[in-house]
Amino acid sequence: MAYSDKVIDHYENPRNVGAFDKNDPSIATGMVGAPACGDVMKLQLKINDAGVIEDAKFKTYGCGSAIASSSLVTEWVKGKSIEEAAQLKNTQIAEELALPPVKIHCSILAEDAIKAALEDYKKKHAG
Amino acid sequence: MMNHFELFGLAEAYSIDLAELQQRYRKLQQALHPDRFANASERDKLLAVQRTSQLNDAYQTLRNPLTRAEYILSLRGVDMQHEQKTLQDPEFLMAQMEWRERLETLAGDDFAAMDAAYKELDEQTQALQQALESDLQAGADEPAADTVRKLKFMQKLRRELEEIEDNAL
Repeated sequence: MAYSDKVIDHYENPRNVGAFDKNDPSIATGMVGAPACGDVMKLQLKINDAGVIEDAKFKTYGCGSAIASSSLVTEWVKGKSIEEAAQLKNTQIAEELALPPVKIHCSILAEDAIKAALEDYKKKHAG
Repeated sequence: MMNHFELFGLAEAYSIDLAELQQRYRKLQQALHPDRFANASERDKLLAVQRTSQLNDAYQTLRNPLTRAEYILSLRGVDMQHEQKTLQDPEFLMAQMEWRERLETLAGDDFAAMDAAYKELDEQTQALQQALESDLQAGADEPAADTVRKLKFMQKLRRELEEIEDNAL
């Protein structure tokens, strides 16, 4: 299967690979997995007191499209507010990376990772 | 049309006798063998071919515990075949991450480490299979579906482990 140039670029030069300390109160961690292919994705966001995402890191075990999708979202969410980040849709990711239909679930994984991270942040700051 | 279990005359359960399944599969296969239809009408020949394909499909589905569980769930109205749902169980996924990290540094010719990994993976898989069996028996379809999803990750890990082993040979 042919990957688009953008997928290959993100796959060969993934942005923001790594991890933050998940116990740091400013760090939100989202873990999601895709049963269909066994891909696992960890997305972490560093969120400041104003509710703006200052930095993002990811670690993904999966195919090129899954890695590209997570790499792309770490670039996209930086500088966004929590509300803005929550609006990100998998279709935008799929479109940007020109993902074929069989790889749409990779973009869903990335969208759900953001949501899971924001959920984690809410939980951390609820009490 | 008969469902896969009915086709083989087996009770609809996760736990089945694989030897029995294979025996019944061979018997049915023989009954549908093209040689038996050499003098049959075109219509009957076609029918035998269709039945053979249904039979093979049913056998492959029931033979594998994961597809068998998925099939039982689909009979109960839980369709997981084409789902794009993500799994969000942080504890399980963290363990998956750790597995992946471990596999990254695992050398296929380090027999002791490979053995230990296989053993641990099989133990964890068996524990999930047991949970799946009791969930299916109790009619707890949603928890069962979640366990099937987890078992898919375990299957993936096993394939990766086998690949590491193959590459070392």
